[in-house]
Amino acid sequence: MTVAVPAIRTPAEIRRARRLGITYLVLAAFVLWVFGVGSVGDGAASFKLVRPTDRFKDFPNLVVPAAGLAFVIAAALAAFGGIQLTRGFKKLSNVVLAIGFALFIFAFLGWAAAGKSFSLVGMLDESVKRSVPIALGALAGVMCERVAVINIAIEGMLLGGAFVAAVIGSQFGNFWALVAATLTGMVLAWVLAVLAIRYRVDQIIVGVVINVFVLGLTSFMSQRILASNPHLNSTTLLRPIKIPLLGDIPFFGQILFQQNIFVFVMFVLVAGLTYGLFHTKWGLRSRAVGEHPKAADTLGINVYGYRYLNVMLGGAIAGFGGAFFVQGSVGRFDENMTAGKGYVGLAAMIFGRWHPVGALGAALVFGFADSLQGKLAILQTPIPSEFLGMAPYLATIIVVAGVVGKARPPAADGQPYVKE
Amino acid sequence: MSTNDESPSVTPPESVEQEGSFFRDLTGVGANWRSAVLVPVLAVFSALIVAAIIIALTDIDALRLWGHDPGGAFSLTWHNISGAYSSLVVGSVGGLRAISETLVQATPLILAGLSVAVGFRAGLFNIGAQGQLLVGGMFALWVGFTVHAPVYVHLPLALLAGALGGAIWGGIPGLLRARTGAHEVITTIMLNFVALRLVDYYLKSSWFQAVGRDDPVSKSIDVSAQLPRVFGFLDRDDVRVHLGIVVALLAAWFVYWLLFKTTIGYEFRAVGLNPRGALYAGMSVTWLIVGVMAVAGALAGLAGADRVLGVLHRGSPGFAGTLGFDAITLALLGRSHPWGVVASGLLFGALRAGGQLMQVRTDISLDLILVIQALVVVFIAAPALVRAIYRVKTAREAERLTTGWST
Repeated sequence: MTVAVPAIRTPAEIRRARRLGITYLVLAAFVLWVFGVGSVGDGAASFKLVRPTDRFKDFPNLVVPAAGLAFVIAAALAAFGGIQLTRGFKKLSNVVLAIGFALFIFAFLGWAAAGKSFSLVGMLDESVKRSVPIALGALAGVMCERVAVINIAIEGMLLGGAFVAAVIGSQFGNFWALVAATLTGMVLAWVLAVLAIRYRVDQIIVGVVINVFVLGLTSFMSQRILASNPHLNSTTLLRPIKIPLLGDIPFFGQILFQQNIFVFVMFVLVAGLTYGLFHTKWGLRSRAVGEHPKAADTLGINVYGYRYLNVMLGGAIAGFGGAFFVQGSVGRFDENMTAGKGYVGLAAMIFGRWHPVGALGAALVFGFADSLQGKLAILQTPIPSEFLGMAPYLATIIVVAGVVGKARPPAADGQPYVKE
Repeated sequence: MSTNDESPSVTPPESVEQEGSFFRDLTGVGANWRSAVLVPVLAVFSALIVAAIIIALTDIDALRLWGHDPGGAFSLTWHNISGAYSSLVVGSVGGLRAISETLVQATPLILAGLSVAVGFRAGLFNIGAQGQLLVGGMFALWVGFTVHAPVYVHLPLALLAGALGGAIWGGIPGLLRARTGAHEVITTIMLNFVALRLVDYYLKSSWFQAVGRDDPVSKSIDVSAQLPRVFGFLDRDDVRVHLGIVVALLAAWFVYWLLFKTTIGYEFRAVGLNPRGALYAGMSVTWLIVGVMAVAGALAGLAGADRVLGVLHRGSPGFAGTLGFDAITLALLGRSHPWGVVASGLLFGALRAGGQLMQVRTDISLDLILVIQALVVVFIAAPALVRAIYRVKTAREAERLTTGWST
């Protein structure tokens, strides 16, 4: 029998817990006032859960009275705040935070769609798609930073992968496009690795430089070669694959099991990396290299070898993610088509605390905000879409500022290792 | 760069050793002219060579020729490369108009480069110059069309507003870094995105949008807020160089004075070299970090104001271009020294002005300039590469300007 030891909390933790509790209360008041009182008499929001093309297309819509929904959610948030301020949620703290966040969004959607009909399935489907490059970029970041190499170059790897995927895809088909994009990411990662590990150049600067270089080179070649040779820049899109039976499940099947290969690869990679990093010898050694390279070296682990390997694997993931922009989304290359998604991926990695599952979760949140921004224009809410577009970035700032718990990077992150 | 830039007293000796010879080279302690001058020159030279190779490799017509007519292919490639580089030269220094364009392009680059350089000096990596530029530009714009005053009041007021806007946008990540440890690289990248969306929003709002326009274009600023043209008396529309270049040079002098001649500047650099040492020496590290970021932001904000008050005279979504990111490469090339920044700002301005002519005359796009800039920095940041290629002595260690996420 173990004796329950009362957890000793530092003043900083107590402050943070109090701040979180107050945040819940503020959100509750906001939901009550704006979404609740604001939509009394506006009628019910009708959420479509299936598409007309689905097998179970007669599945009923989810119809909720907007005001009532807001009142219930406000009450729930207030309860969260009360519990947080009195006894706290202990280990469940982050789960409750996620639930609270989801409830808040749901209340918001109810308010925005009051008296109208809104395709929830369409928006969530779009969210998953939009989160793909962010998630793959974040996973690439996790791979690199777990061995203490900071990878700002995710953006460049995505963009480079996209360019190569467009050119190779136009000439040799989509399979080779994916292979080539993956290899492109690896090559860029190799450059990062050599400069960062061998030449010990400042890693953040190498990353920035790779991004500028890839942006310049792809834009340059796009204008010089692709503009006059359109046959080098038109690929087919990868069709969605419907998994038998699972794909027919109303709502969830549409979102999770009727997607193109990128989405499935994303889920498989998250599962694989989580297992690999935390349950295999390779993962243990990688993390050791990231936390305390000297100790790892003393134990005979090849620090440089692990760094090269994992950085290049990360590059492969990001390069593959770059192909999504072409084969999974647009069908051709446009200049600067990644538009900062690599940086968002970096944020998702930090948001997700250097963990594959966390990174995926953060990427889904960012993808959700992205697609919500697009759908809000249709619903004609009084909130300008620009402000919604800011939300993920502000959320990231709040996270790194430690408001919702301190995220800790691998201890040796960014430091070159000098073997003695 | 004289030897007495670095005060000999407080800086703990081990920190100097840790940072390698970078700061010593810059500040003149153990001055090594090779690192300060030779490496940048070789870096630019190497970058131009590599860019020429890229031009050759992307020249489809010439590549087709290599098989059966190598001589013709070679002369075609040579013609292309020499055409591109000669228009780079003609477009940047070939005549009054070209020089004027070079200065117009260099002005915001110098200001934004100073912003990043000040950050580097204090061990902070300001990727947020882009956002600070945007916010500063919007502040200056707003003063430009709402306030109506004589030029000697209006123009300084608009410039100050630009600096203030940038200082606020730079101060926020400074405060977050100092109080919560949130890394400025992340927060400034995020604030760039936020600033971008704020600009999109405000340019379409009734505060800013020009009357009768549907697209996001702002009202035009008053003539009294415009930076006057230096050669206005010539009455030539194509000689656009304006007083902004004087503002930029004054700013460079100010940064030099601040960093190397004042106590505050000494403390800025001390924080950069060894934050813990600075703390033990009794400096208020918190407020120093906020101060550094605010000064950096103010400089970037001035760059934004320069774009709006000097060139465009109104706001549109892309008014900052990619200046904030060019500024990073520029600060590195200038080795974070104000005069180095001025020199490399002039170089980048020349590349940009020449690149525009190159784009018109040949089919080589301006994006090649980005490639050149990136290559320059690679060679600067990895002295070992230059050493390996040219067999010259350089600094032994690569530069470390930033710190990892954890602090």
